[in-house]
Amino acid sequence: MMFAFDHLGLRLRLLARRWLHAPALDWPLTCALVLLACIGLANLYSAGGPETNVALNQGARFVLGAILMVLLSRVSPQTLRKWTPWLYAGSVLLLLVVAVLGEGRGAHRWLDLKVFRFQPSELSKLTMPMMAAWVLSRRELPPKFFSLVVVGALIAVPAALIAKQPDLGTALLVVASGMFVIFLAGMAWWRIGLVVAAAAAAAPVAWHFMHDYQKKRLFTFLDPAADRLGDGWHIMQSEIAVGSGGLWGKGWHHGTQSALEFLPEHTTDFAFAVFSEEWGLVGVVAVILLYIFIVGRGLMIAANARDTYSRLLAGSISMSFFVYVMVNGGMVSGILPVVGVPMPLISYGGTSVVALLAGFGMLMSIHNYRRSPH
Amino acid sequence: MNLPGPRTQIRNARVDAETFRARAIAGFLIIVLCLSALVSRYVFLQMYRGDEFTQTSDKQRISVRSVAPSRGLVYDRNGVLLADNVAAFRLEVVPEAVHGGSKRLEKLLVELSDVIAISDDDIERFKNARAKKKAFESVPLRLKLTEDEIARFSVNRWRFPGVEVVPYLTRSYPFGTLFAHAIGYVSRIDLKELERLDPNEYAGTTHIGKTGVERWYESELHGAPGSETVEVNVDGRVVRTLDRVPPTPGKNLYLSIDARLQRAAEEALGARLGAVVAIDPRNGEVLAMVSEPGFDGNLFVNGIGKTDYTTLTQDPRKPLLNRAIAGGFIPGSTIKPYIAAAGLELGVRTPSDTVVSTGEYHIPGLARGYRDDFAAGRVDLKLALAWSVNTYFYSLAYEMGIDRLSGFLAKFGFGAKTGIDIAGEGVGVLPSAEWLRATRNESWYAGYTVNAGFGQGFWVVTPIQLAHALSIVAAKGANRPPHLLRATQSGIGARVETASLPLPGPTVGSHPNTWKAIEEGMWLAVNGPPPSTVSGLGKDFPYAIAGKTGTAERFSRFDETWTFIATSSADRHQVLFECFTPAEDPRIAVVVALEAGKSGASDAAPIARKVLDAWLKYDDDAPLPRVAEMAR
Repeated sequence: MMFAFDHLGLRLRLLARRWLHAPALDWPLTCALVLLACIGLANLYSAGGPETNVALNQGARFVLGAILMVLLSRVSPQTLRKWTPWLYAGSVLLLLVVAVLGEGRGAHRWLDLKVFRFQPSELSKLTMPMMAAWVLSRRELPPKFFSLVVVGALIAVPAALIAKQPDLGTALLVVASGMFVIFLAGMAWWRIGLVVAAAAAAAPVAWHFMHDYQKKRLFTFLDPAADRLGDGWHIMQSEIAVGSGGLWGKGWHHGTQSALEFLPEHTTDFAFAVFSEEWGLVGVVAVILLYIFIVGRGLMIAANARDTYSRLLAGSISMSFFVYVMVNGGMVSGILPVVGVPMPLISYGGTSVVALLAGFGMLMSIHNYRRSPH
Repeated sequence: MNLPGPRTQIRNARVDAETFRARAIAGFLIIVLCLSALVSRYVFLQMYRGDEFTQTSDKQRISVRSVAPSRGLVYDRNGVLLADNVAAFRLEVVPEAVHGGSKRLEKLLVELSDVIAISDDDIERFKNARAKKKAFESVPLRLKLTEDEIARFSVNRWRFPGVEVVPYLTRSYPFGTLFAHAIGYVSRIDLKELERLDPNEYAGTTHIGKTGVERWYESELHGAPGSETVEVNVDGRVVRTLDRVPPTPGKNLYLSIDARLQRAAEEALGARLGAVVAIDPRNGEVLAMVSEPGFDGNLFVNGIGKTDYTTLTQDPRKPLLNRAIAGGFIPGSTIKPYIAAAGLELGVRTPSDTVVSTGEYHIPGLARGYRDDFAAGRVDLKLALAWSVNTYFYSLAYEMGIDRLSGFLAKFGFGAKTGIDIAGEGVGVLPSAEWLRATRNESWYAGYTVNAGFGQGFWVVTPIQLAHALSIVAAKGANRPPHLLRATQSGIGARVETASLPLPGPTVGSHPNTWKAIEEGMWLAVNGPPPSTVSGLGKDFPYAIAGKTGTAERFSRFDETWTFIATSSADRHQVLFECFTPAEDPRIAVVVALEAGKSGASDAAPIARKVLDAWLKYDDDAPLPRVAEMAR
């Protein structure tokens, strides 16, 4: 970080040359993301109905996220790695700040920075895999017990803070992103089995700590018809929207469930239900294939990464992406309980879009600084 | 910390990369597996249960609403409008737009009543209606606003957000009380009717015919509702109309009644309790039908107030009773022409057979005497009718026997509904041994037969029954059931189509001489010198009038009441008069029945004459009204 003042001009020129000549983005991944973003915008334009600003706002966030993605793709993984502990510490600190004086509807999630509001938990989605990768890349692999305990503790702190907000969906994503790092680092299968068994055993304990509304959500999920006018309504209307789409869908702008407001949260959590209604099974399969392609491409980039840190980080980012799709897709179709996890790049939501694209920026950077092919 | 050195890192890196590759592949496979499971869920929802969800989705967004048809209009035979649909204004409240919930609404109703009179009934009805509607749906509060009220509300409008003056069509009876009984009225559908009515036919309709023609021809007047297929959002608010089938308006009806004759009959009747029925005996068309006292049918249309309703129901004069079809009258001597017809047709008498009246009649072998008005001496049928000689009919009835008497008089329609097209017709009583046994479980005595012979005893007739019987006599046995409907028209401007006449009843009698003899007797009653009962009634009338009076005992002579009111002879009797003209080829038959009076000749007959005088002016044998005249 220290350089002589008179070398500044030279360094800037070098930097500029490197930026201009360095391989840019990973085109297959970029194309898939742009396509997905277009689908997301088109869907929001329809789902938002008369509120066209929904799509416009989302578009603006895409632009912001894309800029961040391009910038991050130029930051070398080494730099990222160097900053990792600080970023992680910073994100935990912000979570603590939010816990003390955050604001939000019913839950403390937001930090008002006057210029824009921002959810520190979204930052954790990035810093968590970074930190886990940072720790594990410095230790012998496959990870030994002690390493696992350390990483487990590092996961537990932000996850607990986020779950306390309460934002189970994000907490789940943060935990998953950390776990994927451990998984990819080669944690023994028997240990994985043990963790899964322990998690199952801990479910009743978790139940004890859950808020009433969260318990109710679970009940409702199990039997939507019992709460026909309350939370069950979301699930039932979402299933109706998805189901009535049929094979070919009702067509863009012809979905009735959102236009007539039967489907709640049709631009955010349930945006994919609108998509399913208008584009049918054909659209659903196409989008899921696109998601699989993105995950697969991300894992390929990870496999070709230069070092362990990059590898683990890239792998975790890719696999976390899948969790979004699975949880939201399952929620919309009624096989998973309603938790606030957006459908990536399809649901409306600024911070999530920016955080997702920032993650892909790091993936691009890892791609840029991959092992030379020879 | 014991950090691995650079060498370890390089060694690790190679192992890591391989472990990673294996784990990445495993992870990817798990992901593909999970997403396949997810897709299979979508296959299940969208393919396997797709149709079911499509139906559910359509069911909750598409709603079919009925559009109420406009009610048919009612005209008289000349195209004078008797029942109209007029634009009126009502006060409606959209509860949702009244900010501040139920409490604010209550307060608003109170404040509103300072500007516009709102009765407790209105408020109760409003609350009932509100309970059945959604918050954004408009609920009527006060119907039929006056111009003053509309003006007053307009000035104060700003004080009442959510309250609006809305135009609507309402039934109106331009003649008020004049046709209250014949046309009847419509009123709001009540709960009992709601159960009975086809909900599809009446969806959106608020009013239904309750009495008179309005009730009888309900299905014709109602029309068929149209429908509107609309798309509604989650709150039930209409977003757009998908399809619209316009309603079929109800048929316009042309009645045989002549409003001018009706007016004349009402004026002739004055304030007396009773009824006037005028029929064209050639076809059974009712030309006038008045029952006094009347009431204003308009009161019922927009919800009659409790006080008004109580006044009507508690009134001892029973204004709601249609005396023309449901009023029970003792026919007295007006029954005599029909008894005579029975005697002639059954061969008990010939027109020239005579009977001696000594002033009192005795059943052979019995002591009890049956009174005659005076000792008329030897009379044949003609004189017996003209002078209304009881003895002639006592003996005729006695000789005929009750079974033959009631059997023949049933042919004139006594003791049964005439089938006139107005709801609420009474049947009266045609005395017979069978009837007495069935209703009172008593045996028949010969004395009852004698009483039946001059229209007393058990006899009860309705004016329309009497008019029907009279028109059979006038039409020389042809039996044309009375009716009001003359023609129908599907919509204003459409062709006026003649309504099919009710099927003629079985012709009465087979001897032309029968009718001639009776007509001569009735002619003599009007045109002969005294003691002809209504001598002089036909004076200055261009046609020959044939008529018969009836003065029936309202109370039994052995009753205390009779003694009590005996001094006020003006109220002692039920008095009737029946007549037709021109006697030889009758075009009108009139029955006047009064609940109280001195005698048929003095009280009822002059009323009939006034009706005939009016008829003379209006008898133009109006053809079906032409369409052009109907254009409004």
